[in-house]
Amino acid sequence: MKLSIIDYGAGNIKSIQFAFQRLGIKAQLTNSPEELINSDKIIFPGVGEASSAMQKLQSTGLDQLIPNLKQPVLGICLGMQLMCHKTTEGNTNALGIFDVDVIKFSNSDLKVPQVGWNAIHSLKGDLFNGISEGEFMYLVHSYYVPKYVEAIALSNYGNDYTVALQHQNFYGVQFHPEKSGRAGEQLLENFIKLKV
Amino acid sequence: MLTKRIIPCLDIKNGRTVKGVNFVDLKDAGDPVELAIHYAENLADELVFLDISATEERRKTLAKLVEDIAQHINIPFTVGGGIASVKDVELLLKHGADKVSINSAAVKKPSLITEIASQFGSQCCVVAIDAKQIDNEWKVHLVGGKQATSLNLFEWAKQVESLGAGEILFTSMNHDGTKNGFANEALAKLSSIVNIPVIASGGAGTKQHFKDTFILGQADAALAASVFHFKEIQIKDLKTYLLNSKIPVRL
Repeated sequence: MKLSIIDYGAGNIKSIQFAFQRLGIKAQLTNSPEELINSDKIIFPGVGEASSAMQKLQSTGLDQLIPNLKQPVLGICLGMQLMCHKTTEGNTNALGIFDVDVIKFSNSDLKVPQVGWNAIHSLKGDLFNGISEGEFMYLVHSYYVPKYVEAIALSNYGNDYTVALQHQNFYGVQFHPEKSGRAGEQLLENFIKLKV
Repeated sequence: MLTKRIIPCLDIKNGRTVKGVNFVDLKDAGDPVELAIHYAENLADELVFLDISATEERRKTLAKLVEDIAQHINIPFTVGGGIASVKDVELLLKHGADKVSINSAAVKKPSLITEIASQFGSQCCVVAIDAKQIDNEWKVHLVGGKQATSLNLFEWAKQVESLGAGEILFTSMNHDGTKNGFANEALAKLSSIVNIPVIASGGAGTKQHFKDTFILGQADAALAASVFHFKEIQIKDLKTYLLNSKIPVRL
């Protein structure tokens, strides 16, 4: 099993690497197209601002590579948002893997960013094996994906919204499984076990 | 529903955990990594590490400790204490910290908040504000509460929000170490004037104090040290109590 974490200078990749290390799985950090194409599973992380992260992907050609990957890919947080069609953050055209747009929380009663542990529900598919409805995951974000047909998990902040989605071999989660205690580790283990 | 966060704070000096009472005399409360693992396994929602060492090699020692912590715990953590530049922030984030908290440096150079937020994102930029109520006015203090400034707490809070802070960690110097409860009136006012999460700090003594700060103080999270370190309050018991009081928590 060869696991790669895409290293494009956007995010807390060390935490993800450590989370796999705690599970006894070695993950390499790389931005080499060849290494990525030859991996069994790929993590697409991301923290920070969307347009500058997208620029980093474009400057290395990863924006062309990622949508054409054939193995399971898991986008985390901003990684997930960049797999969508576009995001209003910095008015950024993203990778277009998920045919949905990312928008900002705008309900005036809500603190933005949402920071903390929120319950997830309407869980679908093998990524959530062994994870209960109502389990808590850790989230930090100001932009979100509304309810969407390819959602495989929802949460509620003002309204129900999408916190995980899947399109073919592409998976995305808004929360940080590497920071979500035992439940988050279960999700990472499930991703590793996914059949191609 | 988003839950209210319970955050144990570990004061670190030369790689060991200490806790100041009113920021003056210090007691040793254990090994930071061991304590961190204990808290992560016992329902703490986040951890804050505040480095108060003043040695030449403090940056290196802290970075090493941060990496050690990041390897061992599966919940988010913030590191603060003496952070003065984007370079300091980068070093800590690179070693696995999720957020940094800046305090005096932000007062001395407010643009540092914007620099951190634009380079690493607002989500990692916690601005810690220590304030003391003097003649009915909340004044921001520096150097662990020893040095008064002319800044008003609420004006400063609004400013740090507009500069790009992701969260505010407010410590009341009047309440810290007293175990008489949090500064709920000031907290409620803070929460009403800023739109970013506010973490309450200073004064936790009983479970009721946490309930009060979430309801009366409208805090998004509550931070405490000695009540947790000396096992006066177990986080699980606290959360059960809060849940019975209809306050959403992760249990």
